[in-house]
Amino acid sequence: MNELPQQLADGLALGALYGLIAIGYTMVYGIVQLINFAHGEIFMVGGFGALSAYTILPDGTSLLLAIPVMLIGGAVVSVAVATAAERFAYRPLRGAPRLAPLITAIGLSIVLQQLVWGFYPGAKSPVSFPEFTGDSFQILGSLHISRADAFVLAAAPLCMLALGVFVSKSRSGRAMQATAQDPDTAKLMGINTDRIIVMAFAIGAAFAAVAAVAEGLDKGQIRFEMGFLLGLKAFTAAVLGGIGNIYGAMIGGVLLGLAETLSIAYVEHIPGMAQFGGGAWKDIWVFSLLILVLLFRPQGLIGQRVADRA
Amino acid sequence: MTALLEVEDLRVAYGKIEAVKGISFSVEAGQVVSLIGTNGAGKTTTLRTLSGLIKPTSGKITFDGQVLNGIPAHKVVSLGMAHSPEGRHIFPKLTIAENLQLGAFLRKDKDGIEKDIQRAYDLFPILGERRKQAAGTLSGGEQQMLAMGRALMSQPKLLMLDEPSMGLSPIMMQKIMETIATLKAEGMTILLIEQNAQAALSLADHGYVLEVGKIKLSGTGQDLLHDDEVRKTYLGED
Ligand SMILES: Nc1ncnc2c1ncn2[C@@H]1O[C@H](COP(=O)(O)OP(=O)(O)OP(=O)(O)O)[C@@H](O)[C@H]1O
Ligand SMILES: [Mg+2]
Repeated sequence: MNELPQQLADGLALGALYGLIAIGYTMVYGIVQLINFAHGEIFMVGGFGALSAYTILPDGTSLLLAIPVMLIGGAVVSVAVATAAERFAYRPLRGAPRLAPLITAIGLSIVLQQLVWGFYPGAKSPVSFPEFTGDSFQILGSLHISRADAFVLAAAPLCMLALGVFVSKSRSGRAMQATAQDPDTAKLMGINTDRIIVMAFAIGAAFAAVAAVAEGLDKGQIRFEMGFLLGLKAFTAAVLGGIGNIYGAMIGGVLLGLAETLSIAYVEHIPGMAQFGGGAWKDIWVFSLLILVLLFRPQGLIGQRVADRA
Repeated sequence: MTALLEVEDLRVAYGKIEAVKGISFSVEAGQVVSLIGTNGAGKTTTLRTLSGLIKPTSGKITFDGQVLNGIPAHKVVSLGMAHSPEGRHIFPKLTIAENLQLGAFLRKDKDGIEKDIQRAYDLFPILGERRKQAAGTLSGGEQQMLAMGRALMSQPKLLMLDEPSMGLSPIMMQKIMETIATLKAEGMTILLIEQNAQAALSLADHGYVLEVGKIKLSGTGQDLLHDDEVRKTYLGED
């Protein structure tokens, strides 16, 4: 079982999940230089939105039909919360010292967790989510890909492709690039930069909702605090890939997913490291990676400078 | 006859510091009007206020019969005011062609846009040769051409240029000034900000001298060029 190709496949699926969430950090940072620490909670509420949509469906609806409904439900909730946060929490603080929106983001993340904890029925403990059961796909002989992993492995590249085309080819995407590079000059072109900022929040939120559905399908449950650790890891992925760079976010996610999976499987086999291996230490390794990157390559591994702003 | 642009008693402050202290001036359609002044006189502040990037503390801006106060920058463009900012501010990671297309962001006429891009290439052939190149790789002078070309892409009624000759070699500067003269001959209305007073006033129908936020002198370009005060302070003669 524990052979390298299987580890790589598992790591790739985990990384795709991190990458989907990381896009939200990177898009918002790329445009307003804000680290939206509430993004983990935007992801989390997407999970609860998806679950709510699922519960409305008649009993016995096949999961394949339910998934699109869950995606829409999750995206609606995530996007609504993210754009409301932008409008009412972050926009009034534009131009304030950097610390103000950062603290607001952290406060918002606590508020969102507490709201779900307090008001979503049964959310004080883990809430069960439709699990993507069924036989795993067997490819290339011995490689097993669970259905939930297959979902995220398909969703992430599709989302990236759509985003890539949107940003480079569409009128709004151009406007988004212009706003990231030079917001005042973008306004002089007639671009409503406020709308572009909302759009960046919305896209990131929709991707986070896709990730939340993937996470629920995989674990068979969602939790009000699930955005904390996953959000932090996705943020790490965004930094790893060079925050502000959308492709970097996905690459950073994949690298992080691989590092995490491989550290669980192999660190214990390194001579003298036996006690540091296995699942218990994985987060330590992941965040050590964040610290190392921040120390030695704060611009990220991909090495592209963030928004070139004057 | 009413002017295309009419500025009345405009005041602009950064926090408690007033950078523009009640200036009034106007630009008639078809004219080139130059605003000259030393560093920190408030020229850029004035332009940024006209195009809506900064809110004035008081005063009135009327453009093409419409009061601009309170209209956000992205809407001012649609009224026909184009602003080529100080320091060029081209979009460095986008190509030259993409930069020009962004200048036409609010236009819907695809064919017209294509034609005007072609016209920018005719005006500045180097831009045409490099159209697929990232704008950040252009030289300063080429970036200035791009910034001007981009501003023209919105088919403005008024073209505002903030120090187009800044940091350019004499040859490049001459090229830019010739282009402004060409645009003037074609009937374009231009508000030109310059520290190079000689060039700016030679082109101008009318000029204003700004000093620490106030208009110190005004007159036709020729009058100012022959004014003793201007010659001493801005043309370095004694
Ligand atoms: N963002 C800002 N915050 C605070 N003060 C500013 C700001 N921008 C400009 N100022 C001040 O306002 C005054 C006018 O500046 P402005 O840039 O308009 O001058 P200018 O005439 O364009 O000068 P230059 O020829 O050097 O470009 C200066 O004293 C400047 O220090
Ligand atoms: Mg200036």
